[in-house]
Amino acid sequence: MDFAFLRETFVLLLSGLPLTLQLAFVSIAAGAVLAVLLALMRLSGSRWLGALARSYVFVFRGTPLLVQIFLIYYGLGQFPEVRESVAWPFLRQPYWCALLALGLNTAAYSSEIVRGGILSVPFGQVDAARACGMSRALIFRRIVVPQGLRVALPAYGNEIILMTRSTALASVITLMEVTGIASKIISETFRPVEVFVCAGAIYLMLNFAISRVVALVERRLSPQARKRAPAAAAPEPVR
Amino acid sequence: MADYVELMGFGPRGWGLLLVRATLMTVAVSATAFALGGALGALIAWARIGGDRTLRLAADAYTTVLRGVPDLLVIYLLYFGGSLAVSALAQALGARGFVGVDAFAAGAIAVGAISGAYQSEVFRGAYGVIAPGELDAARSVGMPRLMLFRRIIVPQALRSAIPGLANVWQLALKESALISVVGLTEILRQAQVGAGSTRKPFAFFITAAALYLVLSTISGWGFERAEAVAMRGVRRS
Repeated sequence: MDFAFLRETFVLLLSGLPLTLQLAFVSIAAGAVLAVLLALMRLSGSRWLGALARSYVFVFRGTPLLVQIFLIYYGLGQFPEVRESVAWPFLRQPYWCALLALGLNTAAYSSEIVRGGILSVPFGQVDAARACGMSRALIFRRIVVPQGLRVALPAYGNEIILMTRSTALASVITLMEVTGIASKIISETFRPVEVFVCAGAIYLMLNFAISRVVALVERRLSPQARKRAPAAAAPEPVR
Repeated sequence: MADYVELMGFGPRGWGLLLVRATLMTVAVSATAFALGGALGALIAWARIGGDRTLRLAADAYTTVLRGVPDLLVIYLLYFGGSLAVSALAQALGARGFVGVDAFAAGAIAVGAISGAYQSEVFRGAYGVIAPGELDAARSVGMPRLMLFRRIIVPQALRSAIPGLANVWQLALKESALISVVGLTEILRQAQVGAGSTRKPFAFFITAAALYLVLSTISGWGFERAEAVAMRGVRRS
């Protein structure tokens, strides 16, 4: 094992980490807003809004993310209307196209998670809140969101990890995040195994950190589970 | 619009035939990867359920790495690493220069390796539905292990694994698009070639997206049908 090469590669790859994090963070945050909108559209009871949200989810979950990235980065430029629009300075840059594609993609997956979370809140609770005279917005904020979030969080944590992993696709449209740098080093040195080990270690550490943070948030959101924790530590019954 | 139809059609200027061929390639490489992943997933699930400590740890490490590292990196590793290994072998046998590995093989193995990690989870969950009493009963009538696996475990576990496997298949189908980066002419690669030579990228990539939607919808129906057939004799709540 050539440790000098490993260390050098690791340091080089780390310089791509800020871009990876940025892509993941911005797209997940923007995607979350859109996801809530989509989930609300599906639960609104309106046939048109529901169908619109359903077809959005169908299209974005049924096609590869790489196709979506290419469609936005290379595809949109085909139309003179787009090239002359105010959005063109953004849409011609790989960075914004990658963010757009990643955000639209995660919104589709997350909206299903959000919908599941909202649906998991027992209707009796909403009923009770209504009986107390709470407004719809207040019910949503105080009753539905805290409980739904708790249910949706484990699945959403998974989605965050998957999305962080998916930012690697941005390297295909020339962005130099961790995977982009990795592929550059591979083609220069032709040592794929060492580069894979270093890049893999970075992604695994990132995933581990994310899963710890999600677990922490989960604990904060469920005070009842915290109180029950000592009971869980009691000796297991003998089988 | 008429222009688009001509471009994607089967006429002299049309890319229809090439796109159909590319679609078949996507199906072929995804199916190969899925089958590889099935075999691998079964082995890993076995290691995680019945293995000793070392095997279990190795299996856990495998699934954690393959599910946590970007799929693109796995494809690079298999493609470039495979080429390196094949070249070394060829040089040892007296050949000179660099031998590239087949993009289909490298891609199918890479996507299969990832799919195997996911399938092992599905199989592990499906194994849980088998009542321990059935295994005891089979052992007590003296069934050999292989027959027990084939007659008792597989039919029941596979039945409840179908929805999970359907999900993993959809993943493999979408991941197969990444094999285009190492040059396999599947849907996305063909669309890239078409987009490059006609300067109509939107037309080609939207067609590629539509082709993937068609594939995933058809296979979704297929799995639903398979589940209905497999669940014929099962009472459900």
